[in-house]
Amino acid sequence: MIKIEVDMTKCQHYGQCVFEAPNIFRLNNDDKLEYTAVADDSERANVEAAVDVCPMQAIRIVE
Amino acid sequence: MGGLRCAEALRRFGYTGAITVIGEESWKPYNRPPLSKEVLAKEVSHQAVAFEERSATADVNWILGTKAVSLDVEHNTVTDSDGQTHRYSALVVATGLRPKRVVVENSELANRFALRTLDDAMALREQLQPGRNVVIVGGGFIGCEVAATATKLGANVTVIHNASHPMLRQLGDELASQMQLRHEAEGVRFLLKRSVDDLIGETSITGVKVDDGEILDCDVLVEAVGSLPNVEWLSNNNIDRNDGVLVDSAMRVTRKDGSPIKNVFAIGDIARFANPLFDGVPRRVEHWNMPTETAKRAASVIAAMLTEAPSYPGILDDDFKPLPSFWSDQYENHLLAFGLTSLADRAELAQGDIGGDCVFEYYRENQLVGVCGIGMRAAVQSYRSKFI
Ligand SMILES: Cc1cc2nc3c(=O)[nH]c(=O)nc-3n(C[C@H](O)[C@H](O)[C@H](O)COP(=O)(O)OP(=O)(O)OC[C@H]3O[C@@H](n4cnc5c(N)ncnc54)[C@H](O)[C@@H]3O)c2cc1C
Ligand code: SF4
Repeated sequence: MIKIEVDMTKCQHYGQCVFEAPNIFRLNNDDKLEYTAVADDSERANVEAAVDVCPMQAIRIVE
Repeated sequence: MGGLRCAEALRRFGYTGAITVIGEESWKPYNRPPLSKEVLAKEVSHQAVAFEERSATADVNWILGTKAVSLDVEHNTVTDSDGQTHRYSALVVATGLRPKRVVVENSELANRFALRTLDDAMALREQLQPGRNVVIVGGGFIGCEVAATATKLGANVTVIHNASHPMLRQLGDELASQMQLRHEAEGVRFLLKRSVDDLIGETSITGVKVDDGEILDCDVLVEAVGSLPNVEWLSNNNIDRNDGVLVDSAMRVTRKDGSPIKNVFAIGDIARFANPLFDGVPRRVEHWNMPTETAKRAASVIAAMLTEAPSYPGILDDDFKPLPSFWSDQYENHLLAFGLTSLADRAELAQGDIGGDCVFEYYRENQLVGVCGIGMRAAVQSYRSKFI
């Protein structure tokens, strides 16, 4: 399992992460980011890709 | 950015050997998009934009403040501006773009700016003061973002643009004219289908002569008229350097006869490649996720090649069709787009209301080639599955 953290004080809701890991990140009806904090290891590559493209560097894989 | 992402990806793909990055700027890699947006409005510092350093790349050898000046693909060497020669097993070209400048006779004046680097942003930031007359040449995305930021900071902003609307090429008529209205409502003046005839001033710029004869007061000139690929250092290697560097679908640099060089790669803004999502025409794509996507593609091939993995050379034939993604902030308008809207011959309002938040679809003949929204980011996101 991996644990994901998004610093919501940094996040600008650009949604670039949603492109990379749509199973983990989504934008709700108010265009705000929502995410699943714990995910299966099979999502690791996608989440790492999301970390890379987040323009605010708001996403972190904690373990 | 591409260089850093490639180093990180090489480690992820299992390459454990030495990595050296040669960079002209003295800063470690940083995030450029904020330079025309929030960072330009607030505090411009390296700390505010630096990319986080990861443990996997802690042992990368950074040679900063040094340019690569020549390449010899026969002997696998790069020579830098300090006169050092570096041998490589694989080389990644990620030298990006530099801004074009306005060419006039009277070109030695102070207070002319372009915006690509952190140093550019720092210099410009000092000059964007309330009440200053700021003239921006070029109404593309960077020009418009600077217009929005400078207006918010209290400057009087005029944009000179050579097309009928700002950002026309990417947004199409309707959305571009809508964005123009929103800028005008904030106080920006547009001079459209116009260009610069001359710059006026003794030591520092004081005015701009437009090609219809009008003379604008100008304290600060921002030149946002496009960019040029940094390819000069690749000369004498028979490489196709026509608008960036031509690469194949494995990001391998291609010679003029079309054959790839096995161990030389190009990524990021400089790489010109065909994307089968659209067609077979090689293009440079200056969109946000491209440096990262192309860096990963190159790194996967390089790691397989250098570690002599069984996946090499089969990996060369893997599909590579990344979906370009892009955003822009101008006042409270948050644009999010993907695909290549600039290929379209028509745009259609798909959702929302043109005066408020909305989503446009972009078509080339009957193929959907892009989507762009103002606000409505969740709706824009939902189009992703139509491309992939
Ligand atoms: C002001 C600004 C705002 C932007 N805003 C957005 C946005 O809102 N949305 C979006 O999608 N995209 C945006 N972009 C585009 C995005 O930042 C770029 O696509 C991305 O930075 C390209 O990465 P790169 O690695 O190809 O090039 P770069 O990040 O430019 O890296 C190239 C590096 O190579 C160095 N170099 C050049 N020549 C040599 C040499 N001979 N030897 C050694 N080093 C050399 C350069 O100094 C530079 O540091 C923006 C760009 C700018 C400049
Ligand atoms: S990419 Fe980053 S800034 Fe954008 S929504 Fe995701 S976490 Fe937030």
